Amino acid sequence: MSTPLLELDDVTMHFRIKGDGLFSRGTNKVRAVDGVSLTLQPGETLGLVGESGCGKSTTARLITRLLEPTSGKINFDGTDIAHLSERQLRPFRRQIQLIFQDPYSSLNPRHTVGTIVGTALRTHDMVPKSGELKRVQELLEMVGLNPEHYNRYPHEFSGGQRQRIGIARALAARPKVIVADEPVSALDVSIQAQVMNLLENLRSELGIAFVFIAHDLGVVRHFCDRVAVMYLGRVVEEGPRDALYEQPHHPYTQALLSAVPDIGVVRGVPPRERIRLVGDVPSPVNPPSGCRFRTRCWKVQDICATAEPELAIPALVRPPAVPESPATAVTPDAVSASVPEPAAAMSGQLTACHFAAPPVAPVVAQPA
Amino acid sequence: MTPYLEITDLQVEFPTQDGTVRAVQGLSYALPLGRTLAIVGESGSGKSVSSMAVMGLHDPRSTRITGSIKVGGKEIVGMSERNLMAFRGADASMIFQDPQSSLHPYFTIGDQIMESYRAHHRVSRKTAKARAIEMLDRVGIPNPGRRVDQYPHEFSGGMRQRAMIAMALVNDPKLLIADEPTTALDVTVQAQILDLIADLQRDFGSAVVFITHDLGVVAEIADDVLVMYAGNAVEHGPVKQILGTPLHPYTWGLLESIPAVSGTPGPLHPIPGSPPSLLAVPNGCAFHPRCEFRDRVADGLCGEKLPDLVARTADPDRLSRCHLTGPDRIFETDILPRLP
Ligand SMILES: Nc1ncnc2c1ncn2[C@@H]1O[C@H](COP(=O)(O)OP(=O)(O)OP(=O)(O)O)[C@@H](O)[C@H]1O
Ligand SMILES: Nc1ncnc2c1ncn2[C@@H]1O[C@H](COP(=O)(O)OP(=O)(O)OP(=O)(O)O)[C@@H](O)[C@H]1O
Ligand SMILES: [Mg+2]
Ligand SMILES: [Mg+2]
Repeated sequence: MSTPLLELDDVTMHFRIKGDGLFSRGTNKVRAVDGVSLTLQPGETLGLVGESGCGKSTTARLITRLLEPTSGKINFDGTDIAHLSERQLRPFRRQIQLIFQDPYSSLNPRHTVGTIVGTALRTHDMVPKSGELKRVQELLEMVGLNPEHYNRYPHEFSGGQRQRIGIARALAARPKVIVADEPVSALDVSIQAQVMNLLENLRSELGIAFVFIAHDLGVVRHFCDRVAVMYLGRVVEEGPRDALYEQPHHPYTQALLSAVPDIGVVRGVPPRERIRLVGDVPSPVNPPSGCRFRTRCWKVQDICATAEPELAIPALVRPPAVPESPATAVTPDAVSASVPEPAAAMSGQLTACHFAAPPVAPVVAQPA
Repeated sequence: MTPYLEITDLQVEFPTQDGTVRAVQGLSYALPLGRTLAIVGESGSGKSVSSMAVMGLHDPRSTRITGSIKVGGKEIVGMSERNLMAFRGADASMIFQDPQSSLHPYFTIGDQIMESYRAHHRVSRKTAKARAIEMLDRVGIPNPGRRVDQYPHEFSGGMRQRAMIAMALVNDPKLLIADEPTTALDVTVQAQILDLIADLQRDFGSAVVFITHDLGVVAEIADDVLVMYAGNAVEHGPVKQILGTPLHPYTWGLLESIPAVSGTPGPLHPIPGSPPSLLAVPNGCAFHPRCEFRDRVADGLCGEKLPDLVARTADPDRLSRCHLTGPDRIFETDILPRLP
């Protein structure tokens, strides 16, 4: 494999907060991101999904270095940018751009579209002053806006058009990576489709790599080559799109995919078998020992509380050994002694679970 | 069945410097108790504005509202703020997309639920607190006796949304309006909230209006769907019919835009063009400038005459606002299994 463009190595982000006064005094840490490793190849799209509050946006702000990590490495094009000063970061800022969920609040309402995009050009010294107007108009055209919109203000645009302005601003810097944090969540499905097609074109024409965060698993599947699933500050499963959607190995991924509402029911398709997760996500201040998902997992065994499962290619577990009930529990030794699962080894699908196994029936129905 | 909510020819207009924004232009629909109506449609089509009118939330000084909104027989249009205060929370409640903005950061969750309750019931703090704990328990918050004294920031996103629902339902309202209540949540938490609303509706027999962009959610929870475009309903009826065999090209366009969670991903098919300005809505059918099917209608009718929202098939329950007739309007789409 070629050298990755971006590589997160065991990155953590712990926010200090005041104790809640009820149970503890002094300061506590929110372990928002707690040992995340990810890679992104040039031109690749990596989807990031998971429970609300699991650390996706924090990861996005770390990659774009709006936050300095508590520990770990963030390698970009061969340089560790994790702890660089603002000055040292300057040449990298341009190459890693962030687009936000909310196109309304991320654009200055008092600036014209021309000023918004022009400022981005100037910040990064992209073109001489004389070429600025032309380049802004080019950028507006690239994202499907009329170059004559140069003198208009953000409130004169629809939600989808505003999201395009945000994208034009990100493109001004000619980035190698765009981190998109829920770029289409606030848009209706038709405008969402327009923006998705635009991102798709940028990726194929300009070769920009994307880290793409979304709750809509259909949108992620549509856009991403690879997908990483996060839970409570950690990556629990990661793999190529098709492998992950068709053969999710982590119980949390299986629950997530099973919860996607299915529009097919209006034409009589039987609703998909739902895995209902009970209880709430534990607090990132006090995550459970061992596997963090164990408090809500139906496969839980004693080992899950004592040993943290590594993100790795799962071992081949013969079907009867899968612990459907405590009576048929597998010992961890029996698991680690077995061989890697061939399909996962081939595709490079990694799972952090002591009892990783594909679902009994495919979670996502295959096309007929 | 007599409707609990009945909207007739509702118009909501905002006079602005640039002209009058006609956000809702003659909307009519009815909803009986025990049913869930999903409202879908383009951003800016008037989903939130019409729902806020039902709750009497528009500022009468800057909003012009005409038509009628009856909730349980009471007329809301023109109701005094005093009567609206008694109406809100007791007869009807609304939950919003962002629980952060509707929960006050400086008061405990319990205090906020108790306040809603005591606004409509003359009870002691102790009784109100017991009620708050009961409601938190009802919406599935573990350890409600302890949680009741916590602040919003100590709750996760999903728990805050549940606390909002507890607050909205504390007075057993007969009408619940939920405006994109799960947009900011992941699908597992979303599934919990949808189950919760369905359970509560079954137990209390309320009428629910559910606004969302997610047609999968609509398919799973709604009895009826209202599709809005440019301030008006373009299609209305039972969910299986409206989404399963849409009669209006706009509804079809929405279905075509969705990326599927299975099958081979291909390019998406957004509806061409942009939504009209509400300062100058096109003549005739508001959708006709973007409609791929307008040439199937003779004499440029679509650009001249606004179609009525009426039954256009043998099925009297499904209404559509489109001039297309008969075989011209079978809109197959890849997002759904083929029709037999
Ligand atoms: N500045 C901060 N101080 C303290 N805690 C924080 C801070 N920023 C984020 N957190 C916490 O870190 C955790 C991760 O938050 P983050 O916003 O990254 O989640 P997310 O995965 O993006 O969630 P969502 O899907 O809801 O957007 C949450 O528990 C959040 O409350
Ligand atoms: N106070 C106001 N003054 C002027 N125009 C307004 C006001 N409130 C809403 N509008 C306009 O009314 C139209 C309808 O808005 P509404 O919020 O109902 O849309 P929506 O269908 O809920 O859209 P979304 O899906 O984006 O939430 C929009 O064009 C909006 O800009
Ligand atoms: Mg986020
Ligand atoms: Mg709205």
